[in-house]
Amino acid sequence: MKKIDITRIQEFSPEEHPIGGHIQDAGNSELYKTGSWKTFMPEIDFSKCIQCLYCFIYCPDSSILVEEGKVVGVDYDHCKGCGICAAECPKDAIEMKEAIEEE
Amino acid sequence: MDKQKVLALTGNQAVAHAMKQINPDVVAAYPITPQTTIMEEFSNYVANGLVDTELVRVESEHSAMSAVIGSAAAGARSMTATSAQGLALMWEELYIASGLRLPIVLVNVNRALSAPINIHCDHSDAMGARDSGWIMIFNENAQEAYDATIMAFKIAENERVFLPVMINFDGFTISHSIDAVSILDDDVVKNFVGDYKAPYNMLETPTTVGAFDSLGGFYYEFKKVQEDALRNSLPVIQEVYDRFAEISGRHYRHLETEFIEDAEIVFVIMGSLTGSVREIVHEARRKGIKAGLLKVRTYRPFPEKEVVEILKNSKAIVVFDRANSPGASYAPLCSDITNALYKERFIKPVVNVIYGLGGRDLELEEIEEALKIGIDASNGKEYPEKIWISIKGKEVD
Ligand code: SF4
Ligand code: SF4
Repeated sequence: MKKIDITRIQEFSPEEHPIGGHIQDAGNSELYKTGSWKTFMPEIDFSKCIQCLYCFIYCPDSSILVEEGKVVGVDYDHCKGCGICAAECPKDAIEMKEAIEEE
Repeated sequence: MDKQKVLALTGNQAVAHAMKQINPDVVAAYPITPQTTIMEEFSNYVANGLVDTELVRVESEHSAMSAVIGSAAAGARSMTATSAQGLALMWEELYIASGLRLPIVLVNVNRALSAPINIHCDHSDAMGARDSGWIMIFNENAQEAYDATIMAFKIAENERVFLPVMINFDGFTISHSIDAVSILDDDVVKNFVGDYKAPYNMLETPTTVGAFDSLGGFYYEFKKVQEDALRNSLPVIQEVYDRFAEISGRHYRHLETEFIEDAEIVFVIMGSLTGSVREIVHEARRKGIKAGLLKVRTYRPFPEKEVVEILKNSKAIVVFDRANSPGASYAPLCSDITNALYKERFIKPVVNVIYGLGGRDLELEEIEEALKIGIDASNGKEYPEKIWISIKGKEVD
C-alpha cells in the first residue's frame, strides 16, 4: 500500500487516493489542518496565567502548546475555537476573540 | 479436471458446504428465513471443528455487516449471509464495505421485502442494494450457487478489484429444494481459493479506515475510483469463471444464451425461473417461432456491451423482472437492458413483465402469454410496455 502525502489530499486526482482510503501513515492527522472552521480564537494573557495547565488538560484537540511543563501558546492550525479552555481557566486568563481569517 | 462427487443437497446446504471448503477467517451472521439454514449448517461445522472460522453471533444484520467490515479491514477473509429485511438492515454498511474496498462475500438468499410480510422469493432485496457498489451475481440453481460461492473470493480479493461480492439465489425455490450438486474435492477448492494477504492490515500497521472528508474535498474523486473499479472488475470476473472451468468443467459467462443467432423475440431473465422460460422458448422453437433466451448472471457490473451484441438483431425483447421500481419507467433489469440498447442507439419494442413478487408462481401459460405479446410487438402491433402477468381477477377472453 502506497504512502500518501495527506497534506495534499484535497487536490488528489482519483488515482492518487489509496485503495479504499486506507491511510497507513501513522500519526498523520497532525498534518490535516482542522483549525480553519473556528469563529472564535483563544488568546492567553500570560500576565494572569498561573501555569495550572487546566487549559492543556481540558482542550479536546490537544491545541494548547506546552514546552518544558509550561503553557506557551495555542496551536491555531488545530484549535477549533470551542472555548473550553477559556471556560475552565481559573484565572480568566483566556479570552475568546473573534477569529480573523489569517492570510 | 478432478473427480467430483454428486450429493443431494438443498441450495443452502450446497452453499454451506462451499463455505466449509473455503474455511473463511471470520463469519458473522444473524438468522433470517430463507437464509437461516446456511448458518445453521455452517455453525455445525464450526462446533465440530471442521473449520477454523471465528463465528460471530451478532444481534442483528446491521451488526453482522459491521463485524465483517471490521474483520475485513483487519485483513481477515470475511463472509456473511442474509435475506430480505436482513439485507435492508445492512444498507448503510453495504455502502461502507464497497467504499472501503473490502473483499467481503455476502450470500443473499433472495426474498421479498415487507409489507405485507412475506418470506418467499423475489429480487426486491437485491435490487434495493444494486447501487451500493457491490459486485452482484445471480444464480439459477443450487449448483450455480455452490460454484459462485467458491468463485466469489477469487473475484473480490483480486488486486484489480478489491470489492465486496453478493451471491444471489432464489429463496425456497433454490435454497430449500434438494438438487443434485457436483461437489469439488476439498483440496481442489482450497488451492483454487488460495491464501489471502490483505493489502491493508491494521494489526501490523496502524491504519486509518474511513477518514472523514470534512469539506467534500475528495469524496467525489473517491466515488469515481469506485465506479472505475466496479467496471474494471468485469474482465476479472470472466477470468475467474474461466479458471473455475478448468477445475470443475462448468464454464460460466456473464450472460448465457439459447437460440440467440436468429432469434426475433428474446426473453431476458435471471434466477430460478429461467428454467420455465427456457421451457417455453424450446416449445416455441418446436413450433417454428424464433424465440431466444438471455439469462443474466453477472448483474453488477452490468455487461452492457455483451447485452447489446446479443440483442441488437432481435425484433422484440421481453424482460422478466422479479422486482419492481415503483414510479419508474421500467423495473430494474428492464431499465438496464433498455439503457444499454439506447446507449448504442438501438430502439426496439420492449415488454417488461413483472412476475414472481412475494413468491408468486410464474405459470407456463403466463410465459406463453408473454410470448404472444412479444410476437405482436415484433410484428409492429400494439403491446403493453409493462405488464403484471400474474395479476388475479383479470378478464379472460
Ligand atoms: S478553544 Fe477549544 S480547541 Fe481551542 S485551545 Fe481552547 S479548548 Fe482547545
Ligand atoms: S488554565 Fe488559565 S491559568 Fe491555567 S495554565 Fe491555562 S491559561 Fe494559565
